[in-house]
Amino acid sequence: MDKKKPKKVFVQGAIPPEKIAQSVANHQSKTDIGAHSIFLGQIRADEMEGKTVTAIDYSAYEEMAEKVFHEIREVAFAKFDITCAHIYHSLGKVKVGEICLFVFTSSAHRKIAIEATNFFVEEIKAKVPVFGKEIFEDETHQWKVNK
Amino acid sequence: MKLTIKYFGLVAEAANKFEEVMELNGELTARELKERCLNGLSIRDKDSVQIAVNQNLDDKITLKDGDEVALLPPFAGG
Repeated sequence: MDKKKPKKVFVQGAIPPEKIAQSVANHQSKTDIGAHSIFLGQIRADEMEGKTVTAIDYSAYEEMAEKVFHEIREVAFAKFDITCAHIYHSLGKVKVGEICLFVFTSSAHRKIAIEATNFFVEEIKAKVPVFGKEIFEDETHQWKVNK
Repeated sequence: MKLTIKYFGLVAEAANKFEEVMELNGELTARELKERCLNGLSIRDKDSVQIAVNQNLDDKITLKDGDEVALLPPFAGG
């Protein structure tokens, strides 16, 4: 199997915790793996001017985003000795406390997997054209900007 | 030349549209098109808006017929 082939990253709505458990289970047959590293982005109930975020509505320039995700994968596989890497990002509305980003890398040893996951997360936040509308409890909104 | 222009996030909201086809005459860089499209829109920080031409971030490129141009507000993934 070509470990670098483009994969669909976007999922509609929140990423269910069961998907994370299933992903771990799916790798139990790959016995050259000694370490998994997982990053989960969760929607935070930020407070601004007395209002609290209840959800983020994600949109994206999907064609470009899929291309950039693929480029990040290519660089990551060249840079780190990882066995595999999986990325899932939400589109549409994700409520506070729910998961919107799931990065999962596997390697023979922990350091490589941890570094690779960090690399993916930082690259995704900086380079992928995803936009987030933070929705407050009174249905007003503001646009999120990554720091 | 005919260009497809895509609007996203707060830019789409300010422009009240997601996409349009624009017919233009003469030479134009991506930066000039961005300024033209954002002119008059209620966007606080126009410098934070990036422009992609055929899915590549580049505001210096000269546009040509059939290009797909996207106006991208700050990224907020993850």
